[in-house]
Formats: sequence, C-alpha cells, structure tokens
Amino acid sequence: MKRLLTVAFALFFAHGAVAGVKIEHWVSPSGARVYFVESRVLPMLDIQVDFAAGSMFDPQGKSGLAALTRATLDNGAGKLDETAIAEQLADIGANLGGGADTDRASVALRTLSAKDKREPALTILNTVLHQPLFDAAIFEREKARTIAGLKEAMTRPDSIAGKAFWAAMYPEHPYGRQATPESVAALNRDDLAAFHARYYNAANASITLVGDLSRQDAEKIAESIAAGLPKGTPATLPAAPELAAGSSIALAHPASQAHVYIGLPAIERGNPDFFPLLVGNYTLGGGGFVSRLMKEVRDQRGYAYSVYSYFAPMRQTGPFQIGLQTKRSQAKDAIKVTRDVLAGFLKDGPSDEELAAAKANLTGSFPLRLDSNKKILDNVANIGFFGLPLDYLDQYQARVQAVTAEEIKAAFARRVVPEKLITVTVAAD
Amino acid sequence: MRLKYLSAVLLAAGLSTAALANPYETTLANGLRIIVKEDRRAPTAVQMVWYRIGSTDEVDGASGVAHVLEHMMFKGTPNVGPGEFNKRVAAAGGRDNAFTSRDYTAYFQQVPKEKLDDVMQLEADRMRHLTVDAKEFAQEIKVVMEERRMRTDDNPQAKLFEQMNAVAFQAHPYRRPIIGWMNDLETMTAADAKAWYHTWYVPNNAYVVITGDVDHKAVFALAEKYYGPLEGRALPARKQQIEPAQEGTRRVNVKAPAELPVLIMGYKAPILRDIDQDSDPYALQMLAAILDGHDAARFNKKLVREDKVALSAGIDYDNTARGPGMLYLHGTPSEGKTVADLEAALRAEIARVQQEGVSAAELKRAKAQLLASETYKLDSMFGQAMEIGQIEAVGLPYQKLDRMLEKLQKVSAAEVQAVAKKYFNDDALTIGVLEPQPLDGKPRRAAAPGRH
Repeated sequence: MKRLLTVAFALFFAHGAVAGVKIEHWVSPSGARVYFVESRVLPMLDIQVDFAAGSMFDPQGKSGLAALTRATLDNGAGKLDETAIAEQLADIGANLGGGADTDRASVALRTLSAKDKREPALTILNTVLHQPLFDAAIFEREKARTIAGLKEAMTRPDSIAGKAFWAAMYPEHPYGRQATPESVAALNRDDLAAFHARYYNAANASITLVGDLSRQDAEKIAESIAAGLPKGTPATLPAAPELAAGSSIALAHPASQAHVYIGLPAIERGNPDFFPLLVGNYTLGGGGFVSRLMKEVRDQRGYAYSVYSYFAPMRQTGPFQIGLQTKRSQAKDAIKVTRDVLAGFLKDGPSDEELAAAKANLTGSFPLRLDSNKKILDNVANIGFFGLPLDYLDQYQARVQAVTAEEIKAAFARRVVPEKLITVTVAAD
Repeated sequence: MRLKYLSAVLLAAGLSTAALANPYETTLANGLRIIVKEDRRAPTAVQMVWYRIGSTDEVDGASGVAHVLEHMMFKGTPNVGPGEFNKRVAAAGGRDNAFTSRDYTAYFQQVPKEKLDDVMQLEADRMRHLTVDAKEFAQEIKVVMEERRMRTDDNPQAKLFEQMNAVAFQAHPYRRPIIGWMNDLETMTAADAKAWYHTWYVPNNAYVVITGDVDHKAVFALAEKYYGPLEGRALPARKQQIEPAQEGTRRVNVKAPAELPVLIMGYKAPILRDIDQDSDPYALQMLAAILDGHDAARFNKKLVREDKVALSAGIDYDNTARGPGMLYLHGTPSEGKTVADLEAALRAEIARVQQEGVSAAELKRAKAQLLASETYKLDSMFGQAMEIGQIEAVGLPYQKLDRMLEKLQKVSAAEVQAVAKKYFNDDALTIGVLEPQPLDGKPRRAAAPGRH
C-alpha cells in the first residue's frame, strides 16, 4: 500500500536502466569471510551479513522455510522482544533490513557511525543474528500473514506467470520449487530453529562493512559478529540444474494485459561467459531504450510499455529471461516479434556499431555503479558472497572492452538454445 | 539545503567550510533558474530539469496529456532524431528517465561528470525545439495505454486509489488520474500534445537542478551557453482552483480480481504553505511517524502484532503539494476479520491519540529517526537533487529545507494531540474499499465489507 500510494503520484517513464574501490579482505578468527571498504566522507556505517541460506536450501516439502526464518529473525532475540528491537533501533535512527532470495539470506544494518549510535546498533544486530527466539505465537502470526500474501500473489498475473516460469525452467532443482500456502502451513517453529542452526554459521557467512570506520574497528566488529555464530560448515549445494525440455505454458486470467516470460536456465556466477553475454544482451534487451527489443516491440509497434531481456547469474545456473506485458488480444503478435528479434540476434550477433555503443555505455557508466555507500555495499557484498575476484570491479571495464562480436555469438549459442526456451503467458487471448 | 546538518558532516570530514555556500543558484535572463549543489564524493553528476506543469493543469477530456508529452519528449527535435536522445545519453555512459506528477514534470540524467556538458545541451535543445510528429505520437499513445493497463487497470489497489481520488475531490483537478482516463487517451491527438508543449515548455516555467562533482561556476557558464539563447514567454494565467468543503463521509467500493480486501480512509488534511508560520502540517507529519514510522510504531504493534486485526496497516501523508492535501489510513484485514473490524481498529487508534496523546519517548524516537535520515539522504546524489526539485515544485524555497527540519524537531506532544483532534473528522472523510472478486467464478474468501 505504501508503495502504491507513492507510486500513484509519480509515473516513472521507466527505461526498464574509473577505478574500483579499495576492498580489504580477511577471514575473521572465527572463520567468517570479511570485506571492508573504508569511506569517511559521511558519518555512517553499513554492515551486511550474508549467509548461504536462501530458498534453494528449503528441504523437500518445506518451501518457504528460508524466507520465513529470515523474516522472523528480528521478531524477538535474546532478552529483547520484537517491540524492544524495533524501538531501540528507532531510538538511535538505525535501520535493520535485508531479506532472503533463492541463494542467500541477508541481514543489513545502517547506522550513524558515532560511537553512541554504532555500539547499541551492533549489539542489536548481534543479538538478532546470534539468539533469535522464533517465539511460537509470533511464528504462527507471521505464518498466517505469509500465507495470506501468497494467496494474494496467486491472483496477480505477473506473480502467476513468474511462478509458472520458474517451475518450468527448474523442474528438478530447488530453484523451481516455491512456497505455497500449503507448504508454509506445514512448517513449524522448530523447522525455523533447525534451519537457523544449520545455515546461520560463521563458515557459511560473508560480512561486508562499508563506511566511516577504521580497519581495526572493522576487524573487531566482524569478529564480534562471527564469534557469536556457531562455527559450522558451509552449505552444501544441490546438484546443478539440468536444462529442461522447451515448452509453452498458457494460463487463463481475466486481466486486460497478457504477461509473457520467455527464457531458460543459462549461467552461474563467476562463469567467464558472463561478460560476452552482458555486452551482447545490452543490444538485445538490456540497454533500456536503445535495445533492439525496445525498438521493435515498443517504439515501432507500441505493443508494450516495458520489454527487456537479462541474464541473472546465480550461485547455480540462473536464468536468461525476456519479459513483456501487452494487451491480451495482441499477445501472439508481440511474442512473434520478440522471437524474431531474438532469432536475428542469435544468428548475426551485434553489428559493429551496436557493439561499440554497448561498450561505451557499460564502461562509461561504471562510475555510476559506485557513487554511494549503498551501491558500494551491494557490489562488494556480491563479490564476497559469490566469491568473485577481489579485483572484479577494477577489471570490469577492461573485461567489457575486450569482448568481441564472435565471443558474443558463441556465448549466446552456448547459453540460449532456442528449442529449449520456456514460454509462459498469462491472460493471452 | 539543511545547512545545519550538512556543515556538521563536512566539518567532521575535514573538508573546507567554503562548501557552506552550497547550493549555488543563478537565474538566466530568460527566467530559467539554475541550482547547483556540489558534492565531490564520486566523479558523477545528476541533471534534473523540472517543469512547473503537471496533471493538475489539465482540463476535462484531456487528462493524461502532461504524461503523454513527457513520453513525446524522447521523440526528437530538428537536431536530434527520434530515439536519438536516449542513444546519446547511453553513449555518454549515462542513465536517463523522467516522471510526471500532479504538480510537475521532471527529466533527469545521471552521468560521469565529464558528460554533464552533453546532457545539458540535449535538455536545452528539447526545452524549445520538440517535434511532435503525428506518426511517432500514434505509436507512443499505444505505449501509454499499455502503461495504464499495467499500472492501474490490472492493479486492484491502484484502481481503488484512482477511484478514491475521483470521489474525494469533485472540483479540484486532483480528482483526475495522472496517467489519464483511458477514453481521454483514446481520443488524444498529436495536436493536443503539441499545444501542451508550446504553452508550458519555456525556460521561465522551469528550473534546472544539478548535483555532483561539479564546479558551480563552470555549470553556470554551460547553462548560459546552452539554455541562455532560449526565449522565455509569458505563461497563461493559472486560476487557483479550490475544492469546496466536504460536508459528509463519502464512500466508494471497487470490485477487482484479488484475494484480500483493502481499506483506505482518506481525510482532507492541511498542506504546508508558509514554512515559518504553519504548524499543523509538521505536527501531522510527526503523528504519522508515531503511528507508522517503524516496526513497533503504533499501527503495526497494536493492529498487526497484538490484536492481529490487520495483515498490514499504515498511514500516508505528504504535507507538500501545489493543491489540497489528503491523509490516508490504509490496511488489509486479517483472515477472519472484516473491513469493518479494521476500520473500527484504525479509528480506535486515532481516538487513543485524541484522548491520551502521545508519549515523550515516542516523539523523541520519531525525531531521532528523522535526524538520522538526514545523514543517510546524503548518500544519494540523485536523492539530493530530488529533494531540492520537489520542494521547489510546490512553491517552497529549497533554502528553507533546514528550517523545515527545525520546525519538525520542535513539534510538541500537545501539538500532535491537537492535530489528531482537529483533522480526523468524518465529514471530511472518504472511505474506499476493495472488494476482491474470484478469478474463475468460484467463490473466494468472503470479503463483505461489513456494514458498508
């Protein structure tokens, strides 16, 4: 609702979208990987603690466990009830955020760096990380809210399409299993405690600190976080996803617009194909208003407000995805144009001019990726969590610059196999 | 902006106090104001061009034209072909976008600082030289209709909100949706968009806000070079439109495919007009923070966590606008609870403030959050430009942003209680209810909005 009211007042036109930073890295005595960027300009500090504890680790039949574990972490911990946690954070102007996705569960703290603010904020962070209570009554309440949210999502065409798309792409892999009202209803409080005990441990954690802090203090803080966690072991990954057979799924819905997703599992984090795919996809559907999909589907034909493609590398093979929404009666035409654009790109790759434009934007916009503590935090936490090279940001522009049209064609041919594509439509005539 | 806190920040960082003159401002001969806020944290810059024209300036039958014109602004001038604007910004390593609100239309680019020159030239070009081509318009209006379908027609909550405003306001143009009624979009022509552009897109109806790693003198020189030659022109008189006083509760129900009911209670509320003299808008803002400013604020603590009458409950109140104000209470009832139960619970929370007031601790907490957020805001170059642009858009001077903060910090518990008594008045209330409908004809959860 809050977002609704804000958004309703400002319609975004929505395009869809140097040197690196000095990252200091060490392993804390208790075994957590630590990444630190000192930035003294603003009197504030961001800390993000990431665990390999996303929904990919939900046991069979317990989909929704990772998300609910993370969501209830700060609903009471140690001697603090949920009210005390929220009030004490607010008293010092600190924010505790984060969440869980397929791969990871994150707990993020933003606080002023003055000692009288920073120390109580860290005490709360550590209490939440180390001693969550998973109180039974609160758990039941949050479970009921989660179930209601899932039921609501199942009435929305975009959610319905998204769930069907992932289920079809990953029939045998946890990425394809999603929380349902039934799977969440079957969870109990002890499931959360057990999941927390298994995955929220030092060996399974990466800690990122960005802001107004000395290296010495960063070491102390990181160790205080890690030392309170069980030593534990890193999460064990499931077998890598296998490419499913291509298919088309059409689901009915009364909406005025059809929602269309086309894609397949394509690439994992750290794979060297990433740069050719990134640069190539800029031309295909990643480059906002200047992509081929945008030109053909939106500008030339007025079929859609938003049309895009992207590669989403994850811990294991993440998807290549094309998405659009269009008036339900013209869904077939829009899909045909989209498929033609993709086929043309797979066949010929980018032109010299397109390749040069892609490189100019991706290298030229590099400073914009790092011009706030928040953006630095996001980038460095990714490097830490996925184990990317520490000089990833320093090398980024050169890696983009080195990509050739042939490499793009070859990488797309390896990763985007047309007969393996999954197409999901909801509300198409 | 908020020099008080900014100076503390800069001094703490050991930077020169010369920055205290920040932001800098000049006005060109054609009436265009240039506001520059230097921030040298990173080698990037943001340019925002704000036009004092929004959906509130539209007339019946032409709703949505402000937003459609915003789309057309990317469709070319004699010097820059259709789509070329985006291409050049992209080539410069930049990102660009635009947005239309009730009160203003704004365009922006985020670029590496060396490229500010390029994007200033581009914005200046389209300020006076836009081609509104009929063929381009014919495609783009379809895109806007798709946008409306996506944002409103297929979004039950947005639909409810659109209907709420159409009922809460009868005379004032805030009753019309920013994106426009579908039928108005269907009948709109390129000539309508062109007329809009020629009437309102002039330098004396705009201001430019630039933040980033720039030197204000150099920026002023660039502004003179690119924007300086554009001719200003007198604007049509804008008549003030005043919404007649509401004299009784209004209700609107919307049926849409969904699972969960939604309740919105919208009260007519005051808007900040005089930063120094006004007090109620500040007190209402602090009340909103006490009710819904953090996870254990009153609404969430009592309605969601303790009584479990709501899955979510919140308050939205923006005390700055060109037109009249509204304060919205909103929420979704829990399983087994009705919209009527939720309405009663929200009313009880307001009554509690009216009768018992708020505690010193609650007020102090809200002020601490506000103060911290002033530092966090500085982390975003774009956010800083937005803040200056938005306050200017409603006719308030950005130089007084720090004064607004002081006023907020001085709000007393008695003032919070007084505004709670004054503004939650049933005669100025509009109630909107979303009645969920099944997708497939099968009966879904009973969503009867109780006694309504």
